[in-house]
Parts: sequence; structure tokens; C-alpha cells
Amino acid sequence: MAEGVFTAAAPVRLAPKLRRVFDSDLWWSFRRSPVTVAAAVMALVIIGGAVFAPWIAPHDPWDPASVSLLDASNPPAWLEGGSWTFPLGTDNQGRDVLSAILYGSRLSLFVGSAAVLLALLIGVTLGLLAGWCGGLTDTIIMRIADVKLSFPAILLALLIDGVVRGMLPRDAQSEIASYVLITAIALSFWVQYARTVRASTLVERNKEYIQAARVIGVSPAKIILGHLLPNVIGPVLVIATINLALAILTEATLSFLGVGLPPTQPSLGTLIRNGNDYLFSGDWWISIFPGVVLAVLILSVNLLGDWLRDALNPKLR
Amino acid sequence: MIAFLVQRLFQAVLVMLTVALIAFALFNYVGDPISSMVGQDTSVADRERLRHELGLDDSFIVQFVRFVGRAARGDFGLSYQQQRPVGQIILEKMPATLELSFMAAALALVIGVPMGIYTGLHRDTWLSQLLLALSLVGVSLPTFLIGILLILVFAVVLGWLPSFGRGNVVHFGWWSSGLVTLDGVRAIIMPAVTLSLFQMTLIMRLVRAEMFEVLRTDYIKFARARGLTSRAVNFGHALKNTLVPVITIAGLQLGSIIAFAIITETVFQWPGMGLMFIQAVSFADIPVMAAYLVLVGFFFVVINFVVDLLYHVVDPRLRVDRERAVLG
Amino acid sequence: MPEPLLRVENLRVELPIRRNVLTAIDDISFTIGPGEVLGVVGESGAGKSLTGAAIIGLLEPPLRIAAGRVTLAGRRIDNLPSEAMRRIRGREIGAIFQDPLTSLNPLCTIGRQLIETIHTHLDLSPAAARDRALALLREVGIAGAEARIDHYPHQFSGGMRQRVVIALAIAANPRLIIADEPTTALDVSIQAQIIALLKRLCGDHGTAVMLVTHDMGVIAETAHRVAVMYAGRIVEIGEVAEVVAHPRHPYTRGLMDAIPRIGGRRQRLRQVDGAMPRLGEIPQGCAFSPRCPEAVDRCRRQGPNLLPAGGTEAACWLYDKVLLPA
Repeated sequence: MAEGVFTAAAPVRLAPKLRRVFDSDLWWSFRRSPVTVAAAVMALVIIGGAVFAPWIAPHDPWDPASVSLLDASNPPAWLEGGSWTFPLGTDNQGRDVLSAILYGSRLSLFVGSAAVLLALLIGVTLGLLAGWCGGLTDTIIMRIADVKLSFPAILLALLIDGVVRGMLPRDAQSEIASYVLITAIALSFWVQYARTVRASTLVERNKEYIQAARVIGVSPAKIILGHLLPNVIGPVLVIATINLALAILTEATLSFLGVGLPPTQPSLGTLIRNGNDYLFSGDWWISIFPGVVLAVLILSVNLLGDWLRDALNPKLR
Repeated sequence: MIAFLVQRLFQAVLVMLTVALIAFALFNYVGDPISSMVGQDTSVADRERLRHELGLDDSFIVQFVRFVGRAARGDFGLSYQQQRPVGQIILEKMPATLELSFMAAALALVIGVPMGIYTGLHRDTWLSQLLLALSLVGVSLPTFLIGILLILVFAVVLGWLPSFGRGNVVHFGWWSSGLVTLDGVRAIIMPAVTLSLFQMTLIMRLVRAEMFEVLRTDYIKFARARGLTSRAVNFGHALKNTLVPVITIAGLQLGSIIAFAIITETVFQWPGMGLMFIQAVSFADIPVMAAYLVLVGFFFVVINFVVDLLYHVVDPRLRVDRERAVLG
Repeated sequence: MPEPLLRVENLRVELPIRRNVLTAIDDISFTIGPGEVLGVVGESGAGKSLTGAAIIGLLEPPLRIAAGRVTLAGRRIDNLPSEAMRRIRGREIGAIFQDPLTSLNPLCTIGRQLIETIHTHLDLSPAAARDRALALLREVGIAGAEARIDHYPHQFSGGMRQRVVIALAIAANPRLIIADEPTTALDVSIQAQIIALLKRLCGDHGTAVMLVTHDMGVIAETAHRVAVMYAGRIVEIGEVAEVVAHPRHPYTRGLMDAIPRIGGRRQRLRQVDGAMPRLGEIPQGCAFSPRCPEAVDRCRRQGPNLLPAGGTEAACWLYDKVLLPA
């Protein structure tokens, strides 16, 4: 990684830069691993579907006008009783499962990514502060981190959710549910980032280029943001990718438990929860298809995160 | 050694107090305890009188001390939802969760550790690759999904195992056990497997990673250079050194099984503390939530303490030195 | 000339990494006689440690021996199956590594590590094994061996630990010891003690030593012959006195010049300009040519083998009889 003082970079033409990317070791190890390529493809498909859901979904399952009870509980198209207007079947209210999945993935991804970003923000800030200031600030932040670590993410998220629920009237809950969820998940995950950044900060802080900047009189804020941050952020990004899968999983679990996204704006987890009731009556597709999509999404993000970590690991070079 | 014990005990008490503080804050400041206890028609004056009688207008410190005192005796007041003493509810549900957690922890260790050792020693066999792939799936599949799939296959399609409940339970005084009846055992299989899967894969990957690290150390290199047999190197030295840090991390992980039980109990309608907690959250039943929090906090603190102690016993460097090795 | 104990011929070690195959050790040959101390000196990354690892069969994959042979007392050992090689390790060839703290298992007492090694190679009763362990500890100069045998590694100081390591290495009385930077991690005052210990033990038991180090002073004091390595090749090899007094290869000359001498009249330390090339960037021809003050065209095209150069052998075209006037 480039160390130290910023230098003015000459403008670089795009083509040779692109060629360097394709020639690089990273790309080569990517191409070499069929599993990773498959994972990337699957992830792209699901993410693409989620992002473009409003345009490519065949129906809008949340528009009460377009949903009819007459279509309720249709099996998937290739089974008897199904039709290709509802390729993956419908649920007990007549909503199209495929469209529900597309919109649901959108929410799952949104909440998951937002939670990771927020956790990153909190964790990196606190880590930089703890590492840079040392002393009391450091101790306080690390004690909080220790206490937090004693509690698994699920518990914390449940707690926050329960508290919010207790404080707000019922109708307000649905609207801000996604934000509460994002905050709850982020608060469960920030510690990893904080610790890693703090450790790196402690190491970098004593290096010559930082000492030099201090001697010159550069303000601490500039040093932290301009010099320290670029050098400590590397490993954090890898953790973030792997954490994304965990965040999506946590959100799905919370929704499944009934304390996540409500049925009016369901994520994949909520869909599975709804469909669970009909498992025994034989309408398996309502929960199984969202389940499969969820599993594939988490799996591919995990695989990509694993590959990224191995590819960027200096020890394996 | 004594100094260390005292220090850790002190830290444990500190954590417990913090937890109690949070629980207390929940109790008193989220929602209004008075509103949950009386009907809507009660006059304001009556409410004020009740507030005074219950001591809810005393200072923060007084109330907190009172809360801690009561909590230490297991008195958390009445559940909003069930209008029963919370302590009683917890006592009823605890055996179910503890039995389930224990079975799951045992499974996770008994299967996870050997698999981790195998994949750590034999990196490139097909079995290793297979186990690794399965472990990735295990980490990626949400627990509830695994539970649902298992129910689908074994209860709905095959009909071999029950899909909810504990089956026949036998009471020994205050404890109720499902492990002594065949019915109970059949009922605990799927939930225990579901609950253990995530931890099992985590432990397997942990042992494997640690094994790799150890196998690369200088002392292993030196052991090989001295001509020690593979067996002596792998099991005498490598394994021993792998398990020491694994003990601590695994111990902490297993502690979190109690919390993850929430999910499994929901999927299988297992009548334990986790299910109780979920119902409390949906209902905003604060006393139950607070009690659960304190209880789980207590479990964690105890487990942390025991694990710390264990680590000290096992690692000779710590018996003499004051410094503790920092775990990642 | 007596049959050499160890003979290395045209050894080549390769490292396949990502898309390339890098050559870590390029066609080296040397011998070590029984009871002889051969110093192997060079900068970090020159391939000294890898040579030791290759000889003892402990190259870590993906490193591999690509060509050449290693013979011990007439018997070829580079292509042995792993079990046979294991029996040789410790019994015929011992090894000592750089950092005594990390060389010992922190969770086992040194007694346990010693006795285990003894049991692996010698058929002794537990009591006899323990006696031998105690004797070894005393031999390497650890006072109060009776009590200390049940101590853990962290309870010893750095110098003491290295003595324990040496005890472990000679436990089964090997004929050759590969000592990889045995004093680098120690204080200067302790260094001298350890070197003296090594010398005495090897003199007493007639053990040959391959002493890998970057410290020329240690070599001058301890070794009979010395090999100078650069970028995976041996550039000069010969008797220590000769190489130190009259270095033939330009690199060796640079090394000797760089040693500061007390009482000298020089103002600045001499150095060899530039740096040793890394694994993937070794130039064609002679690896030293970019930095060599006497390089000619031929040096850049073709890499020389070891050529007789008066008292020593040097891999330098300067000593090619074809070029030099008679």
C-alpha cells in the first residue's frame, strides 16, 4: 500500500490502467477459482434482481389493488395447478412469490449493507480515537467493547428492538422498522472494526511518517484522516465483506423471529416467516423459495469474502 | 494467582452491575410500569398513590439498589403479559433451554473438534475439501432455515421426528428433563442439531485455522528437525498447542449458544427461556425482558470466568507471569 | 582426501508461486568433511537457510528440490521417502535455528522435550533417558540441571535457552549439525559463549557443522572453510584464512572492505552500492554484475561457475584462464 506523503499524481489514461487490473494477480486468482466465479455470478444475479426489482418484477405484490384472493395458494408454474403468470407460485393472499422475492431481496440487501456501513463508520471512528488518543479514551472505549462482546449480536438487536417497541406506539413501529434494524445490527458489529483499526493505529502511530507530520505541525485531524486512515483501512474492508453475509443473516433471523421488518415491507426473512405457517398444509413454495434465495445470497457473499481475504493475504503470496 | 482471581471477580461484578443497570433502566424508563398494571380508567390521583406506594418516585440510586437487591433474590416482579411472578416463569422454562444448550454444545464439540483436527492435518484430501465446503454452507445457512429444512424432511415428509415441543417430560423436583424418555429424546434431536450446526462449523474452522498457525511455528519445525515421529509432532505438540487458545474461544462461543437458543426454540416451539423472551419482546413485557437479560448476563460472566481460570491452569506461562496473552 | 561427510551437487531449489516459478537456489555444490566446520555467509535472502532446509528435507511446500543431489556419507538422501528421512533427522543430521524462544514448545518442560527426543532415536529405559538428558544439560553448561530439567522454556534466559536447543540438537549424537544463525538473536556477550560452546562440543564429539550466518566475525573465529552466497549461488568458497585475507570475488572483496577496522584511518564506511536482487528480479548472467565494479559484457550474458582462483574458488569470469593471460 502506498505509504506516507501524498504526491501529485499525473493523470493516468484508462486503458493501460484497466489492462493492469486484468493482468494483476488478483484477477488471475479470481479466474483460477471456478467456485469464486460461480459465487460472483450468483451474487450478481441476485443483487441485480434486487436493485432492478421495481422494473423487472412481473407484479407488485404490495399494491392491494393488483392482488386478488382468487389467485391464492397457486403452486409453482411447473406443477399441476400452476401457471406462468406466477412462475414461483403465490402465497395465501394471492401475492406473487417471485415478485415478493425480488422486493424482499432488495430490503435484505439494503438493510444488510447499511448496517455494515454504519458499523464500519462507528467502529473505524472509535478505533481511530482509541488508538490515537490512548489513555482514558482508549480504556473507556475498549471496556465498552468488552462488555458488548459478551453479548451475541442477536441478543443485542432483540433488546434494542424490544426497547423501541416499548417506547413507540404500534403504527409508528412499522415505518421506522428498517432504521431500527440497521442501527441494532450495526451496534452489534462495530467492535471488530474498532479493535482492528485500533491495533493498526497503535502500530502506525509510532512510524516515522506520522512522527514527521506531527513535528511539522499538521493538525491531528488531518493526520488521522489523511495519513493514518488510508493505511489502516485495508484489513477492515476485508472484514466488512465477510460481515455483509453475517449482517444479511442477522437481519433475516430477526425478521423471521418477528422483530425485524414487518409483513408490510417484508424482507426475505419475513417472507420465510409468513410461509412457515403453510409448510404443513403442503404449500411449501411460499417459504422454501425465499429460503433458497437467501441461502444462495449469503453463501455467495461468504465465498467472495473468503476469496478476497485469501487473495489479499500477504502471507500467502 | 490470588490477585488474578480477585481482579477477575471484581471485573465480573462490574459487568453484572452494568447489565443490571441496563435492565433496571429498561424496567423503569421504557414504557410506564404503572400503566401496564392498572386499567385505563384509573384516576391520575390513584396512579400517583400507587406510584408512591411502590416506591417509584424515590431517587434513582434508591430504586436501583432496591432493584439489585430484589434481583439477587430472583424477584423481578410480575410479568405484564402473564401476571405471574417472573421468577416462577423462568424457573419453569430454564431446564428446557439448559438441556437443549448442553446437548448442542456437546454435539458441537464432539464433532467440531475432531473435524477441525483432521482438516488441519490433512489439507488436501477430498474429505477435507468436502468438510470445508460443508462448513461454509453451515456458516451461511441461517439457523432458522436449517430448522425449517429439517422439519420439512424429517417431520413433514418422513414423519420420523416430532416437529415441535419437548415430548414427554419427567419432573425431578424443580427440574424437568426430556432426556430420560424416548419421546423426549426424539424431540430433542432436531433442535439440538439445528442449534449446534453453526457453532460446530465455527469450532471446526477455528481448530483448523489454529492448527495451521501452530504447524508453521518454529518449535514444530525444530521438532521435525529432531526427527520426532509425525504422531509425536502432530498430536503431542501441535494438538496440545492448538487446543489451548481454542479452549477459551470455544468456551465463549458455547456461552452464546444460550442466546442462539432463542431462534431454535422459536422454530421448534421449544418451551424454553428463548421462546419466552421472544414472546416478551413482541409484547413489550419489560419485566421478563429485564430478567432474561440479567440471567443471560450472569451465565456469560460465569462462563467467561471459568474459561479464564481454565486458560490460566492450562498455560504454564501464565502461572508465573502476570501478563495475559491477548486473544484475537 | 577422505570421503566427505556431506556432498551437495548441483542443488537447485525452486518456488512455484502464482503464475511463475522462481529459483531460490541455483545450482550450488559443496562438501563438508567429517568434523569440519563450513561457514555459509551472505545477506538475508541469499539462500543460506534454504540450503540447510533442503539438506535436512524440511523445505516447506511449494518450495521443492528441482535438481541435484545431496549425499550423506555416500548415501543419497535428497530423494528418500519421508519415514527414512525422518530417521536421519536428529540421528545423523541435527539442526539449530535462530530464535531459541520460538524453537521450544512453550507448553512442555525442557525435560519432556529432551527425553522425547532421546526416546525417538535411542533405545533407553526411562531412567537412563533421564540420566542422559541431565548429562546433556550439564554438558551444555546449565547449572543445577537436576532442578531445571522440569522447568518451562520461558523460565530460562535467552542464552540458556539456546544452550537447551543445542542440547536437543546433539541429543542423539548426530554427525552433522546445521546451525542456522544460532547467535543472531542473542546479546553480543552471550554470542561468544554460545560459539565457544559449539566449538567445544563439536570438537569433543567430532561433529561437522554447517554454520549459516551473516556475521563474518563468527565465521573467522569458528569455521575451517567458508562459502559466500549471493542471490542463490555460491560465489566464493575456500579456507577461511585465505578468503578473509585475500578475497577473490568482487562481492567478497566488497564484504571484507565493508568491515570497519579499529585503528583504520578511513573516514567513511565503505559499502557495496545497490542491493541484492529479490527472488523474482535476478538479472541474467552473473547476478552480481549490476553492482560489480569490474563487470564486463560477458558477465551480463553468462553466469560463471566456480572457477579455481589461486587459494580459493570464485564464480567470476576474472578467473577464467581463457581470458587471463597465461
